[in-house]
Amino acid sequence: MSVVPADVLPGGVLAAGDGAAGPAELGPRARLWPALAAVYRAQLSRARVARIPLLFVATFQSVGIMILMRGVVDGGGEARAVVAGSAVLVVAFVALNLLAQYFGQLRGSGGLDHYATLPVPPAAVVLGAAGAYASFTVPGTVVTAVSGCLLFGLPLAHLWILVAVIPLAGAALAGLGAALGLLAPRPELATLLGQLGMSAALLLGVLPADRMPQAVKLARDLLPSTYGVEAFARTFGDHPDWAYVLGDLAVCAGVGVVSLAVATWAYRRAAVR
Amino acid sequence: MCVVRGLTKTYPAVRGRRGAPATPEVRATDDVTLHIRRGEIFGLLGPNGAGKSTLVRQMTGLMRPDAGSVEILGHDIVRHPERAARILAYLGQESTALDELTVSLAAETTGRLRGLDARRARAERDAVLDELGLAPLAARPLKKLSGGQRRLACFAAALVGQRPLLVLDEPTTGMDPVARRAVWAAVDRRRAEHGATVLLVTHNVIEAETVLDRVAVLDRGRVIACDSPAGLKEKVAGEVRVDLVWREAAPLHVPEVAALRDRTVESGRRWTLRLAPEEARAVVATVTGGAAFAALDDFTLATPSLEDVYLALGGAARQGLVKA
Repeated sequence: MSVVPADVLPGGVLAAGDGAAGPAELGPRARLWPALAAVYRAQLSRARVARIPLLFVATFQSVGIMILMRGVVDGGGEARAVVAGSAVLVVAFVALNLLAQYFGQLRGSGGLDHYATLPVPPAAVVLGAAGAYASFTVPGTVVTAVSGCLLFGLPLAHLWILVAVIPLAGAALAGLGAALGLLAPRPELATLLGQLGMSAALLLGVLPADRMPQAVKLARDLLPSTYGVEAFARTFGDHPDWAYVLGDLAVCAGVGVVSLAVATWAYRRAAVR
Repeated sequence: MCVVRGLTKTYPAVRGRRGAPATPEVRATDDVTLHIRRGEIFGLLGPNGAGKSTLVRQMTGLMRPDAGSVEILGHDIVRHPERAARILAYLGQESTALDELTVSLAAETTGRLRGLDARRARAERDAVLDELGLAPLAARPLKKLSGGQRRLACFAAALVGQRPLLVLDEPTTGMDPVARRAVWAAVDRRRAEHGATVLLVTHNVIEAETVLDRVAVLDRGRVIACDSPAGLKEKVAGEVRVDLVWREAAPLHVPEVAALRDRTVESGRRWTLRLAPEEARAVVATVTGGAAFAALDDFTLATPSLEDVYLALGGAARQGLVKA
């Protein structure tokens, strides 16, 4: 079916010594920020096709937990912990659990080959996807926080802190999710790890910390979502201690940087086998 | 253009576990040497499991070979696998990375990730979608398309952001004839205008014969022949293929038929024989007359295809090559 014989082509077989004149010029490399923006935009558009039902599930789950806890918790510090924990749980569900599943499936099915054969910086792929998943959490987290405040009679005044909590907790949890998904040897294992991570965020984040045994408290301190929960819970007080809030958020940011760096390394490792 | 020398990759043995039997060490590519010229459509033909995809993955920098070298346009791909992405466009068998994007966004994003600026990416996207007749599907997600359409959309993404080498792993799987024609027309245009080179993986014999300039036949990780399709077919030019399809079972009570049995490749009711032309004539005369004819459902007489070449060269798999 091919109509053009190879030897009449410009510089075709007749220029047989090709390669002898030194290496050919390479195509352009995609720069970090435009590539990141392109990946982010593409991932965000997937929500329309694939992710909407799960985003609803994340929100319903958190609102449901708050309604359940309404009967157990009267108010005060425990109510703050429940509302903050439920709001951050949406972030854990989407950014940690769903992103771990996504990267696990992408790696397992060979879908990473697509990105690996494009001249795109690994950080752009990981950060673009993590950013998109963190963005998916915005509506659910806001809805959960507002309904939680109404349910438990907490002040809405400092909800603006979500502008910092969502991206920073999102970075920490999405980085963790991406790293788990890319490091897991099999997609089922990635799903399992994502689910476990989310369950940990649920149990350790939503339940009030004062009644936990020492070992569980230690696990709670090791979980990055805890610091997002703490930062958010502190802002419900009459006179929030902003230094502590900043400190908690700084921990989230630090974990975010490290986990995203690990995820980028894991992507590099997964892309070339 | 592309020189491959002594490429070897061995998958380690896997110890058996509960529910998973042990698999021995597999040599997926075994000392493969190829020389692809600029502007060529070069094919890798072989049945499933012959090592085609493994070979291509090593040539595109996706997999490190155990030994050997790959040089594309003067660049050492084994030492610098990341350079492959700046020289070639790869269409793999999987579309999971693009499945949930619309056709238009899949092509545009791929162009952006090939280093095009936003305006160029959009312009090339529109041009490629028009060229392949995908414009009416531009707003549909790949997931919602049929297999052939999805494959065509992935091919479109591979074409955005021009590359001197296109590596296509079974690009036309599941496509209807119109889409296939669009693919080969697009490939030819890039060859004529930019001297693009194409490395094509296929197990489709008819496609290999019609589109390839040269073909390397792979069997169990080794290149068992490499020539133009016509050149390869000359190796078995003295033979004719006779296919006999019996109604139920072969009439073995007919001595002439029974005598053929040793030389035949049986697959269900179908017997395939490779014979010299005069022998073939005699066989056809036998089965179309007398007792054998009552048992005969259908027969064909054909000149050799690349499949016959593969078998004549000692290819081990009796099945796995497709004629469609």
